[in-house]
Amino acid sequence: MQRRVALTDEKMEWVISLLLRVGVVSAAALVLAGGILYLYQNGNLFPHYQTFQGEPSYLRSLGGILGSAASLDSRGIIQLGLVLLVLTPVARVVFSVAAFAIQRDRLYVCVTLIVLIVLLYDLLWSY
Amino acid sequence: MNIAELSGFIFAGACLAGFVGSITGLGGGVVLVPLLALGFGIDIRYAIGASLVSVIATSSGAAVAYVREGYSNIRAGMFLEVATVLGGTLGAFLTTRVSTGKIAIVFGFVLLFSLIPFRTSDSAQTDAPGDPLARRLRFNSSYPTAAGPQEYTVRRVPLGFTLMGIAGTLSGLLGIGSGAVKVLAMDRAMGFPFKVSTTTSNFMIGVTAAASAGIYLNRGYIDPGLAMPTMLGVLLGALLGTRVLVGARTRVLRWIFDLVILALGLEMIYNGFMGKL
Repeated sequence: MQRRVALTDEKMEWVISLLLRVGVVSAAALVLAGGILYLYQNGNLFPHYQTFQGEPSYLRSLGGILGSAASLDSRGIIQLGLVLLVLTPVARVVFSVAAFAIQRDRLYVCVTLIVLIVLLYDLLWSY
Repeated sequence: MNIAELSGFIFAGACLAGFVGSITGLGGGVVLVPLLALGFGIDIRYAIGASLVSVIATSSGAAVAYVREGYSNIRAGMFLEVATVLGGTLGAFLTTRVSTGKIAIVFGFVLLFSLIPFRTSDSAQTDAPGDPLARRLRFNSSYPTAAGPQEYTVRRVPLGFTLMGIAGTLSGLLGIGSGAVKVLAMDRAMGFPFKVSTTTSNFMIGVTAAASAGIYLNRGYIDPGLAMPTMLGVLLGALLGTRVLVGARTRVLRWIFDLVILALGLEMIYNGFMGKL
C-alpha cells in the first residue's frame, strides 16, 4: 500500500514536469512568433510607455485575445502566448485536484480546489 | 529610440538579469522592474505587468528540473499556496489603487530588505518538536541526501502561513516572485530543510504570480510589446544560467549583484518620494 502511494506521487511529479515544460515551450514559441511579426510591422514606430493608458479591451479578455490572434494580429499572438504562460500553473493546479482525488486524499482535494477557485476568479471575474 | 531598438535593449537587459538571477539563486525578478522603470523610463505599472509574466516563465521553467529531483514538498506547497494566491489577489488589487510613487517606495524597501543575509537552519531541526497541525496536514516528509532519505518534521504552521500571505501580497503588488520571503517562511519559520524550501518556494511562485497576472491582464497592465522582449530575455538568461558550472566566482558576482540591488533600492525610494515614478 505504502509503495503504491509512493509510486503515484512519483508519477504525479513526472506529469507535472511534463505539463510545465509543454506550457512554457509553447508559450515562448507563440510569444517569439508574434514578436518577430510585431517588430517587422512596428519596429520603426516610437513607443509610448512613459504614460500609462492601459491596454485596449481586445487585449484584456480571453475572447478578444483569441479573436485577434486568429486574425494574425501580432500583439494578439504575443498576448495569447502570455495567456498560455499564465494558464500553465493553473493547469498544474487542475491536475493536482485530479491526482489528489485519485489518491482519495479528501483534505488536499479541498485545499487544491480553494487555490483553483481563487485563480479562476482572478482570471475570469476580476474586472 | 524606436520599438525595435527598445526591444533589443530590454531583451539584452532581461537576459542578463535572468542569467545573474539564476546563478546567484536570487531570481531575476527583483531587478526587472527597476530596469524597465528607471532604465527605460517606462510607467511602473507596465513594468510590473511585464516582470510578473517573466517570473511565471522562469518559475515554471526551473520547476521542471526541481520537481523531478524529489526535493519539493507538493502537499505543503499546495496548502501554503492558499495563502499566497489570496495575498497575490490582494496585492494586485492594491496595485490598481495605490499611487505609483508609493509602489516605488515599497519596492525600494523590499530591495533593501532582500540584502539582509539570513542563516539557514539546516542542522539540528530533525529533533525539534513538530507542530501537530503539520502532522495532520501531512507536511512531514523526507528528502534525498547522499546518505539516503532524510526525514524532517515541520513546526509553526500558522506563522508560516501568515508569512506566505505577505509574500503573495508583495508579489502581486510589485510584480516579483518574492522567493526570498517564501524561503524565509519555510526555512526559518517552519523548519523545512533549505533545499526543500527553495525548490518548493520556486514551485509556488508560478501559481502565486498566475493569480495576480489574471488581474493585471483584465486591467490592461500587460502590454504584449513590452512583455515580449522581457519574458524571452529572462527565460533565455535563466536557461543559460542553469547550464553554467557554479564556481567560486559566484561569490564575486553575488557581491556585485548586492551592490546593484542597493543602488536600485535607494533610487526607487528617492524617485518615489520625489514623485518621479
